[in-house]
Amino acid sequence: MAEHVFSDPLLDVYYHENTQLLEQLEGIILDCEAGTYSEKATNEIFRVMHTIKGSSTMMNFSNVARLAHTMEDLFSYIRSEQPEHADYTVLSDLVLQGIDFMKLEFYKIRNGHPMDGDEASLVSELQEYLDRLTSQHEDAHVKAIVFFEDEYQMENVRAFQVVHQLQEWTDRFSYEPEDIQNNNETAEMIRKEGFRLYFRNRETVEEVQAALSQAPCLKHLDIIPLQEEHEKEDNHAIAQTVLDAPAASAAEQLEKAQTAQSQLATGQSSNFISINVNRLDELMDLVGELVIAESMVTQSPDLAGLELEQFRKAARQLRKITGEIQDKVMSIRMVPLSNTFHKMNRIVRDICKKQGKSVKLELVGEDTEVDKNVIERISDPIMHMVRNSLDHGIETPEERLSQGKPSTATLTLEARNVGSEVFVVVRDDGRGLNKEKIIKRALENGLLQKQDGALELPDHEIFQLIFLPGFSTKESITEFSGRGVGMDVVMSNMMDVGGSVSVASVPGEGTAITMRIPLTLAIIDGMNVKVGQARYTIPTTAIRESFRAAADQIITDPDGAEMIMVRGECYQVLRLHERFGVETAVKDMQHGILIMVEYEHRKLCLFADELIGQQQVVVKNLPAYIKKIRDIKGLAGCTMLGDGSISLILDIGGLLSGRY
Amino acid sequence: MTDQNGNQDSSGYDEDTMSGKYLTFQLGTEVYGIEIAYVIEIIGIQAITEVPELPEYIRGIINLRGKIIPVMDVRLRFRKTFRPYNDRTCIIVIDIQDVSIGLVVDSVSEVLSIAEHDVVPPPELGHGHSNRFIKGVGKVGQDVKLLLDCEKLLQHEVLEELSQL
Repeated sequence: MAEHVFSDPLLDVYYHENTQLLEQLEGIILDCEAGTYSEKATNEIFRVMHTIKGSSTMMNFSNVARLAHTMEDLFSYIRSEQPEHADYTVLSDLVLQGIDFMKLEFYKIRNGHPMDGDEASLVSELQEYLDRLTSQHEDAHVKAIVFFEDEYQMENVRAFQVVHQLQEWTDRFSYEPEDIQNNNETAEMIRKEGFRLYFRNRETVEEVQAALSQAPCLKHLDIIPLQEEHEKEDNHAIAQTVLDAPAASAAEQLEKAQTAQSQLATGQSSNFISINVNRLDELMDLVGELVIAESMVTQSPDLAGLELEQFRKAARQLRKITGEIQDKVMSIRMVPLSNTFHKMNRIVRDICKKQGKSVKLELVGEDTEVDKNVIERISDPIMHMVRNSLDHGIETPEERLSQGKPSTATLTLEARNVGSEVFVVVRDDGRGLNKEKIIKRALENGLLQKQDGALELPDHEIFQLIFLPGFSTKESITEFSGRGVGMDVVMSNMMDVGGSVSVASVPGEGTAITMRIPLTLAIIDGMNVKVGQARYTIPTTAIRESFRAAADQIITDPDGAEMIMVRGECYQVLRLHERFGVETAVKDMQHGILIMVEYEHRKLCLFADELIGQQQVVVKNLPAYIKKIRDIKGLAGCTMLGDGSISLILDIGGLLSGRY
Repeated sequence: MTDQNGNQDSSGYDEDTMSGKYLTFQLGTEVYGIEIAYVIEIIGIQAITEVPELPEYIRGIINLRGKIIPVMDVRLRFRKTFRPYNDRTCIIVIDIQDVSIGLVVDSVSEVLSIAEHDVVPPPELGHGHSNRFIKGVGKVGQDVKLLLDCEKLLQHEVLEELSQL
């Protein structure tokens, strides 16, 4: 039934997540069995079923998915209608049977057996139960039959008036015939058989009488309290029939499941625990503080000049351990990219089927690990780019053959570590980007001003145009991509995590889009600089070089803007003390230090008093209150230095924006 | 606001609750009160890291045991003249709707119980907004304490900022 096209890690997660969900569900059901199904519990069951359905569908486990879907339907009804007379013991039995079924299937996955369980009987039982619930008047306890005056005609409209009036009084009632609003034939039925109403909200006969007697054109009104006894008996009978049939098979299945479980007992079922990411964040914060506290102790000014051999030894040991703790905590947050990558299989498959393309997806370096919250923010961009490649880049098999390419295209998804960054490359061997088309579209959309010389722009600048908002070269909008929101979303998501995107493309040979993503958002390598009393931290990845200026390098233009000449190229100078309004004694360019920074091929020289040193810093956000007052361009956050003081982390992109 | 019967002396009444209790502090000669429920702690003045592009009354941020919180100089917030910090200067750390902020004040006095019937609304002074941060005026013996409206203190008026430009 299920094709196992997915490799282990994804299955692992599927198994792990869903087993947990089932355990949770079992707990809820068992809790509920004691009393009634609370609204919260119903919601929870619904949610769990929904999740299981979703992930099972994705994994192609159709039997589990169908079962979950049926249960979802059932609880969606219970959630919205809250039927008071539903037989919850039967319901619990049914759900538990469903859970056992799924558990058995999951054990099969775990042991590498095919998922061959037949869900049909359970599904039909659940369906029957739901039908019985929805057979609308099941739980009514007062029935009213209304006849209208004959001469007025249009009984259905009268009936609708009654219904409308009643809606203000109670919402727990149903009526027969149902389609009075749209079906004029119901008028005839009402004339003959009366308009029947069923009340479910414990209204007394007198209350119903009072409410209905106000109806216009009323001829006759019958109110009949329904027999509680009779109803209970009914339910009981239902319970019997439902219970009898599956009892044997359920017991059998459970037994099977238990044998499977005992096989597992020796195995590796509990190698995972799931942790709330918030807790990890807290742990991370604490470790950050620990690192700072450690350096506050070991570098305390009180110790300066003292001979403390034993202390230094112990301090070194402490430093080593705190360093290891930091690494461990970081590694806990690291998740391999494989899950994100494997999700693309499905997308590739779907799009290929729809568009009649033949594509082979190759995954390289899928075990590269990235910080959890980075992963969350890059899976969408990766998906966008894969879709774009499939949709725009890769040709149909016929087109490919005519160009002498193999009919099956190759889409490569590659991840690799480079320093403190991860490169994710989406590479296809499709038709490549068309520079003329890009320029044409950019001109049409006003993203480029002049046509002349546009073609002489360097390739990477032309390709960069596709990341601008509102750019889409595909003439027609397809289901999968082409709304012109794709690539600029990619870009903005990348900027959010402090990464960048670049494109390389050769016409007829393919396109490669490279995303550079920092390993983690929580810790960066930074260079601390001093400006007056203030300290700033510049992300090391942005720094190209730092140097002292010589007098003959400095150029001032008539507007007073300062520039500096380095190896024949001219760069703008940004004085940090002016930008941030800080008092400093160092104002002469030759006495301070210049740091050349680069962001997306744009360079700028920052002027500071002096360099303090390079260190790994824990990034903290500026307080929310300050962010609310003003979104400060040029500051990415703040961090604490070894001596407990705060340093502001510069956002190079922000400093460059508004400049050219 | 005021209690009609005037017989509920909250000081002897709800000992445990924090209602009716105010932490008082001084700015120059005036005494202000702040509801104690908001107050997290009081710390001595410490090194404040300036953050650029903020209104003058936000002095910057401080490191409170690993937590980074903004610091507001209440003097400047009230458009009083700046007074250099000394060893009497305190930072009152308050928490309003999960926003932590430090208030720099000249000095902290004491915790007072002010019964509800001793709190009267601030006098109307036409349309000048000199007392928009004041929620009420508390009478304690012969003295008068100005009770702060912390939420207003944190509201940042764009208009006000524009008018300063």
